[in-house]
Amino acid sequence: MITNTRRPKFLNLFKIHLPVTGVTSFAHRVSGALLFVSLPFWVYLFSLSLHNEASFKLALGYLTSPWTRLVLLILLWSILHHLFAGIRFLLLDIHLGHSLKSARRSAWLVNFTGAILFVVLALWWLL
Amino acid sequence: MSWRAQGLRTWLLQRLTAIYMALYLLLALLVLYSHPVTGFTAWHDLFHQPVINIATIFMFASIFYHAWVGVRDILVDYVQPQPLRFMILTLVSILLLALMLWVVFLMFGVLQG
Repeated sequence: MITNTRRPKFLNLFKIHLPVTGVTSFAHRVSGALLFVSLPFWVYLFSLSLHNEASFKLALGYLTSPWTRLVLLILLWSILHHLFAGIRFLLLDIHLGHSLKSARRSAWLVNFTGAILFVVLALWWLL
Repeated sequence: MSWRAQGLRTWLLQRLTAIYMALYLLLALLVLYSHPVTGFTAWHDLFHQPVINIATIFMFASIFYHAWVGVRDILVDYVQPQPLRFMILTLVSILLLALMLWVVFLMFGVLQG
């Protein structure tokens, strides 16, 4: 078997102490993974919602049941963080905010905006 | 330089799908805000419009492709044994292709119905 030493290493998640930019990046992964796992659920709901009157109501019922609320809250944070962190990465791609100082600042901003908007939207939805 | 072998195509498509999804989301929020959905008929009529129907198919295609790239990145970093990685990747690709087929049939049905 050919081994290529330049391939990415197997990372031990418990031995890594992350700076704020790393937190943003890792949370981007976690939120992405959560969103991925939720995909079959969304396609199923979308399909139900477009079938007929009764299945539309069924889909709405699923969305508003207490059981799914927790899941939806987690996914709400996921989409917010994933979107903001993604926009930050796109800006970094075009060399905006490359200095260590601005990269750290934008990472804080992304984590903070995602969290605040999550709390605001969650309260608006639940109250 | 090989566009595909270097992963540049994947890199670019990951970003293009990201931009498309962000724009779709923004437009969806604007449309739903200006024309609140009152029930099944309004909801169905929305996706019956060809532009929205096709844009939605592309939205799901973007989601699934973007998810595929992301899952692959994660597996390459955390799943060391090659056979296991290959097995998970195969299952993920089957799942995503099945979901895409489901969406395409669903949207074609809505377009005609």
